[in-house]
Amino acid sequence: MIEIGLNHYLWLAAGLFTIGVIGVLTRRNVLIIFMSVELMLNSANLTLIAYSHFLENIVGQVMVFFSMTVAAAEVGIGLAIVVTIFRNLETLDVTKLNILKN
Amino acid sequence: MQTIMFGLLAVTAVVSAVLMITRKNPVYSILWLVLAFFCFAGLYVLLGANFLAAIQIVVYAGAIMVLFLFVVMMLNLREPEKLEERSPLWVGMGTIVGLGLGLVLLAYFVRSKAGVGMVEPSEQAYAMGSATWLGKELFTTYVLPVEIAGVLLLAAVIGAVALAKKTRV
Repeated sequence: MIEIGLNHYLWLAAGLFTIGVIGVLTRRNVLIIFMSVELMLNSANLTLIAYSHFLENIVGQVMVFFSMTVAAAEVGIGLAIVVTIFRNLETLDVTKLNILKN
Repeated sequence: MQTIMFGLLAVTAVVSAVLMITRKNPVYSILWLVLAFFCFAGLYVLLGANFLAAIQIVVYAGAIMVLFLFVVMMLNLREPEKLEERSPLWVGMGTIVGLGLGLVLLAYFVRSKAGVGMVEPSEQAYAMGSATWLGKELFTTYVLPVEIAGVLLLAAVIGAVALAKKTRV
C-alpha cells in the first residue's frame, strides 16, 4: 500500500482548486460563483496545512487561522453586497450586472 | 489505514465539489459544498491539525454555509431554472481553460519536486495542531495580527449591516 505524502495532498488541492476555477468560469449565478471562490480558498488552506505538517512548522497553521478569519469577513460583506444587488436589480445573473455601461 | 481514509475523503471531496458546481438549484449546491467542507475537516485531522478541523466545521460548514442558505432563502427565487445558464460552448471553453490551469499546477508540482522525500514526519507534527500549541503561538508571536483580525471582523460586521440596510441606492 502506498504511503500518503505531501505530493498527494498537493495534487488533491490542485484538483479542487481547478474545480473551483471551472465553477467560476462556467456559472452565471453569483452565489455559486461565490461558493466556488470559497472552494478555492479552502484548497489553498489545505496546501498550507499539508506543508505545515510535513515541514513540522506551525506557521502554516497560523496562516490558515488568519485566512479563515478573513474568509468569514469576506463572506459577510460579499453576501450583503449580493442582497443589495438583488434588491436593486432583481437578478442574480452576473451577465446582467452591466448598468454602468450606459 | 491512513491511505484508505485519505482516499475516501479525497474522492468524496472531489465528487461533491463537482456536484456543487453543476447543480441548478443553489440549495443543492450549498449542501454539496457543506459535504466538501466536512471532507476538508477530515483531511485536516489526518494532517494533525485538530484545532483547525474543529474551526473548519464550526466556521465554514456551520456559520458561512448557513449564511449562504439564509441568503438563498431570503432572495425567494421561485424558479431556479428561470436563471438561464451559459451556453454549452461557453461551458466547454471554461472547462478547457480550467483544466489547463490544473495541468499547469500539476506540472509545477511534479517538476519542482515539491513533495519528494516528505512522507511521514515525527510524532511532533501531530501534537502541533492542538489548541495549546496554536494558541501559544497566536498569543505570543502573532498577537498583533490577532488584534488586527479582530478589528477587521468588527469592520466587516459594521459594513455588512450598513450595506444590507433597506435603502435604495
